[in-house]
Amino acid sequence: MKKDIILAGVGGQGILTIATIIGDAATAAGLHLKQAEVHGMSQRGGDVQSNLRLSTEPIYSDLIRQGAADLIISMEPMEALRYLPYLSQEGWIVSSSHPFKNIPNYPEEEALMGELNALPHVAALPIEEVAKEHSLPKSANMVLLGMAARYMEILTPEQLRESIARVFAAKGEKIVEDNLKAFDLGLNK
Amino acid sequence: MKLLLGDEAIALGAVHAGISGVYAYPGTPSTEITEYIQAHAPEVRSRWCTNEKTAMEAALGMSYAGKRSLVCMKHVGMNVAADAFVNSAITGVNGGLVVLAADDPSMHSSQNEQDSRFYGKFAMIPIMEPSSQQEAYDMMPYAYALSEELKLPVLMRVVTRLAHSRAEIAVREPLTQNALNPDNERTHWVLLPGNARRQYASLVEKQAQLVEKAESSPYNKSVLRSERAKLGIIACGIAYNYVMENDPEAQGIAVLKVSQYPLPEQAIKEFATRCEALLIAEDGQPVVEEQVGALLGAGYPIKGRLTGDLPRMGELTPDNVGAAMGVPTAPTFVAAQHVMPRPPALCQGCGHRDVYDALNKVAAEYPDARIFGDIGCYTLGALPPFRAIDSCVDMGASITMAKGAADAGVYPAIAVIGDSTFTHSGMTGLLDAINDNSNITVVISDNLTTAMTGGQDSAGTNKFEAICLGLGVEPEHVRVVVPLPKNMEEITRIIREEIAYQGVSVIIPRRECMQTLKRKLRNNKK
Repeated sequence: MKKDIILAGVGGQGILTIATIIGDAATAAGLHLKQAEVHGMSQRGGDVQSNLRLSTEPIYSDLIRQGAADLIISMEPMEALRYLPYLSQEGWIVSSSHPFKNIPNYPEEEALMGELNALPHVAALPIEEVAKEHSLPKSANMVLLGMAARYMEILTPEQLRESIARVFAAKGEKIVEDNLKAFDLGLNK
Repeated sequence: MKLLLGDEAIALGAVHAGISGVYAYPGTPSTEITEYIQAHAPEVRSRWCTNEKTAMEAALGMSYAGKRSLVCMKHVGMNVAADAFVNSAITGVNGGLVVLAADDPSMHSSQNEQDSRFYGKFAMIPIMEPSSQQEAYDMMPYAYALSEELKLPVLMRVVTRLAHSRAEIAVREPLTQNALNPDNERTHWVLLPGNARRQYASLVEKQAQLVEKAESSPYNKSVLRSERAKLGIIACGIAYNYVMENDPEAQGIAVLKVSQYPLPEQAIKEFATRCEALLIAEDGQPVVEEQVGALLGAGYPIKGRLTGDLPRMGELTPDNVGAAMGVPTAPTFVAAQHVMPRPPALCQGCGHRDVYDALNKVAAEYPDARIFGDIGCYTLGALPPFRAIDSCVDMGASITMAKGAADAGVYPAIAVIGDSTFTHSGMTGLLDAINDNSNITVVISDNLTTAMTGGQDSAGTNKFEAICLGLGVEPEHVRVVVPLPKNMEEITRIIREEIAYQGVSVIIPRRECMQTLKRKLRNNKK
């Protein structure tokens, strides 16, 4: 089995944390993995993305082919749309529906969401609001990972939960608990 | 198995190959190599250097003393290190020396996409170009052994996608470091013309041996089925992965993987006789395509970047390589309509913002003012809302271009340079301006770190006033300000005064980078 995943967002939104958790889970599961990241100048509030490839077989390319991504996981709706040419016809978009507007010409929100929701396989939630409602304002990215876990297939939600516990362990029990709670919120939405 | 970034795999490979020192100046996509060694190998000397030339020379000095050393830089850093780099092939080495150049095709974080393999060929030394993170790790002990056997530095060339991608790495037992054993052969190291001619003749003589090494290299291999193929691909470095991703076997395409240079000429000639045409897949410039063309002669059909079968510029991808291989594309969604570019921007609260606010206010009063920028976060001052700078070329060019423009009559000519860039390559230019009494105003925007690459130590921290005074700037024209909105009136007044001064003045707005400040506060809380 092979899963090609594009993680998208704006610099500072926490997509590399999502990548770290999926990477940890994949390593623990003995899967092959490649994960191309964006570093350097592009991190200063610009768009960021990571190509994450998981497979039971060895992987060659660090980059995902157009029309081949099984999943786009995005912290921001316009950023989800940016990588649309990479999505396979059967692929899913799992995205925050909450726009992050740090540019003057951000598209009109209704038109943007209309275009996103017109696609065949989309799960979008206002993850920041969901996280805040449950007093987990810093764990919106884990809500998103929980939502994505339903479409991941190559990793089970339980494997991802174990990785969340490992990755956040150094930050204390409370942080681990909060992030697991946020993950479950997304998983069960 | 360890999950490592390509840069980290390179770092660990070098540490396990027994290096005693790494010498580097930060530069995307090479920075994480040195950072990894700093964090994980206390037995290896690893403090940041002032620039790539000082790094290259120090690494050569360690090699002279008999120990293995690594020097790392981004591709444009090779231009800075070039004098030492090219001449290190003339002196040769004692302890193994590997020069790691991280190229940036597609210019993700760079001002050009120059291909460092040209430098390796220029210096006439072996080049290693790993195709994967595992190979980068594995190649390190091989490269050091090769360097010590041939008594030459070895260039290892990687690209952004290898440097900044994670993969699982199988690691091996580390080698021990070399003992101190300085070279006593002065004729190798004192490059007076008489010695240099002998050394160069020996380098020329070694070339056949270098080619032999490439012919028998475990990293160059033919992935060819025994029968003839319509198309053969010479897949260099990371291009090998994009070729294999497109399953050449299924299409009856033969592949010759090349990861060690100079080119294995016999292997290529033999491969060519078994194929009807060749596609050269290489990330970067058409270095190999030109050479293979010369090797096989004009009649042999060769496709690549020069023929338009692959794009002339920009990085390779599994898509453009697949297209050149004739692989049918998967159906795709058309690009979305409601997507706008989201360029990076200076952080909220960043001191550079206040510097540009002040400069823009003052520059508005001088319609002929020109502001010469430099390389760093503050290059983002070129973008809205500031649109403040008129040029950005290379490390240190703000001061020297301002000087030349002032010599030509531009007034006011203002240079904006960061603290780390100033010590990297700005100081010498400032000395030129002082000696010539050029009429320029230099702003050293000091955030106490090398910010753009992630907050590495800056070589001149706490020394800038002393450096400027030592170089000869008049004490009353070295002005320090704190770039905050509440100080705007003072800052703009000082800029006006220093523009009015006919000579070299330096204004140092100094306030810590928001990112390093946040990190410090976080760490203090722990």
